[in-house]
Amino acid sequence: MAEAQGKIRRGYVRPLDLKQGRVDLTHGSGGRSMVQLISELFARHLGNEYLGQGNDGAVLPAPTLAGLPGRIVMSTDCHVVSPLFFPGGDIGCLSVHGTVNDVAVMGATPLYLAAGFVLEEGFPLADLARIVESMAHAATDAGVPVVTGDTKVVERGKGDGVFITTTGVGVLPDGLNLGGSLARPGDAVIVSGSLGDHGVAIMSKRENLSFDAPIESDTAALNGLIAAMLAIGADLHCLRDPTRGGLAATLNEIAGQSGVGMMLHEKAIPVKPVVAAACEFLGLDPLYVANEGKLIAICAAADADRLLSAMRAHPLGREAAQIGEVVADDHHFVQLTTAFGGKRIVDWLAGDQLPRIC
Amino acid sequence: MKYIDEFRDGELAKNLALSIGAEVQPGRSYSFMEFCGGHTHAISRYGLSDLLPASVRMVHGPGCPVCVLPIGRVDMAIDLALNHGVILCTYGDTLRIPASAGLSLMKAKARGGDIRMVYSTIDALQIARDNPQREVVFFAIGFETTTPPTAVAIQQADKEGLPNFSVLCCHVLTPSAISNILESPEVRQWGTVPLDGFIGPAHVSTVIGSRPYEFFAEEYRKPVVIAGFEPLDVMQAILMLVRQVNEGRAEVENEFSRAVTRDGNLKAQDRVAEVFELRREFEWRGLAVVPYSALKIRRKYASFDAERRFDLDYRSVPDNKACDCGAILRGVKKPQDCKLFGTVCTPENPIGSCMVSSEGACAAHYSYGRYKDMH
Repeated sequence: MAEAQGKIRRGYVRPLDLKQGRVDLTHGSGGRSMVQLISELFARHLGNEYLGQGNDGAVLPAPTLAGLPGRIVMSTDCHVVSPLFFPGGDIGCLSVHGTVNDVAVMGATPLYLAAGFVLEEGFPLADLARIVESMAHAATDAGVPVVTGDTKVVERGKGDGVFITTTGVGVLPDGLNLGGSLARPGDAVIVSGSLGDHGVAIMSKRENLSFDAPIESDTAALNGLIAAMLAIGADLHCLRDPTRGGLAATLNEIAGQSGVGMMLHEKAIPVKPVVAAACEFLGLDPLYVANEGKLIAICAAADADRLLSAMRAHPLGREAAQIGEVVADDHHFVQLTTAFGGKRIVDWLAGDQLPRIC
Repeated sequence: MKYIDEFRDGELAKNLALSIGAEVQPGRSYSFMEFCGGHTHAISRYGLSDLLPASVRMVHGPGCPVCVLPIGRVDMAIDLALNHGVILCTYGDTLRIPASAGLSLMKAKARGGDIRMVYSTIDALQIARDNPQREVVFFAIGFETTTPPTAVAIQQADKEGLPNFSVLCCHVLTPSAISNILESPEVRQWGTVPLDGFIGPAHVSTVIGSRPYEFFAEEYRKPVVIAGFEPLDVMQAILMLVRQVNEGRAEVENEFSRAVTRDGNLKAQDRVAEVFELRREFEWRGLAVVPYSALKIRRKYASFDAERRFDLDYRSVPDNKACDCGAILRGVKKPQDCKLFGTVCTPENPIGSCMVSSEGACAAHYSYGRYKDMH
């Protein structure tokens, strides 16, 4: 008896097998395994003073901007992506960038993130570790810590590996108001760079479609670029990141909210040749393909050049371009003058873009 | 993009537009049918009609594979997925075609049907290899462009002895559809659809060649210009058609000579002939039952014929009464003439098949051109 007791190493828990191990239902059941997963994986990579508090919620200092109180901006985003790892990123960094960007395009400085994980039973711990590490890198690079989180495990077959929901909190200075309802006829429509990179990178790795395209997702945190844009004090009306549904969906949203139309110029819209080629091949329109590291800026025409210069001085805005103008239009159409010389609508997408048969 | 941008050059387009403008005779109008959905799409997407003189009218034809597929055929595919437990493989566009009981393949998928979008028949074969315990059916639709890959897939499955693979064959034939239009009372007797010529199919013609159209040019005195799917191809074809009309010629001309020959792809034609034979009749959406207008799988490959394997019966289902897809597919009406267009029938909620694919006349006009009706 005494001998057996002597073998028990006090406080010892066999470490997670991050090479061969897999998520199982105990990792979400509230027992030791769950605590172990949190401490050895999540806390290890994402750890910071707030996450380290270890309570049901994080206690955070009241947000201020250079000592001045601001308004709180909060945004949440669920991330489901297949494949989980793609050229240029993975669901981990994507879940950080997506929410940081949603907060930042409001004009706010993103401060904190919360992360919720839904894991599927059987998911390799090694992959989970890669995802969490990537999140940690993205959060550090963006300067926005993950301060609280949650993990649940669902039975095999009831999830798609990993789903991650992130919520972001930021602070918006008084006096700065950006929004989709503020576009006015005459405003310039600007994009920060080439469109469609993320969507095409993802598609190039889909299981039934894999093709070799030297294209990487543009996934990136835009808070630095946005800070540089705000710093010049241009008359900005709206910022938005054209994620799902691409440029077309985002501009239609803004046109509807602001009660205006848009006139775009196809020749001015930056699309990388390889993305254009892939879209051509698949029968897709790059204007509808998702981006994860681009923004659309709508600003007073008089400030467009100044804003473009500020954007081009930032690594994430080097290819920034004015692609059109806001126009008065009771029907709120987004229109395009084609490079060919005709005109057409750039409409909302109906469902997913599906390849044509002919 | 090399070899693409050249065919979308705005400057060349302007010059062609000037030539067309100079060629059209005052007081005369020109109506040309672009048979293919690919042309319809190009015309709408590049805003091509803005460049044409008012006297040139483009009539959208029935060459959109999704648009001409009748409800009854989609019902068969849904039945396979929901009631026979098969893995149904389908091209993407087909997923949203409205079928009976408010269903579509997309909605059937949400109800538990194992329906998978594939990009080619190769994917469907692979799914069959990967799932030897399951029946895998490829929903084969389309004109002569998509027929050879289906033929090759069936021969490949035969060679490999893939017992769980079969094909629901709905392949249709372009020349039959053109004859049907030319024989329709609207064109022949009443003249309600003025048709001065055709823009002939691009991809279809790479397979069947330009020869099959010679009959139409001769018999019906209608000029045909085969054209590629790029906007400059279409402009060039229109110029060639205007010239033929002006000169009183009715010939088959080939604008798409970079890909189409007179005889077409003989190897592909052989494969198709080995696997398929003519169906006595086939119902088309919009054109009703057209004799000898579609293909079925030959007896030799009967074990790969899903209709035989699952003992499926075709049941004709009438379209929504208010839907004008039929008239639109025959060129009798324009999308905006339909009461449902843009009201209850939109790309989000298509009532008729022309609102489904971006090649469909209604979807193309709704998505790209409806501002012209509203200002």
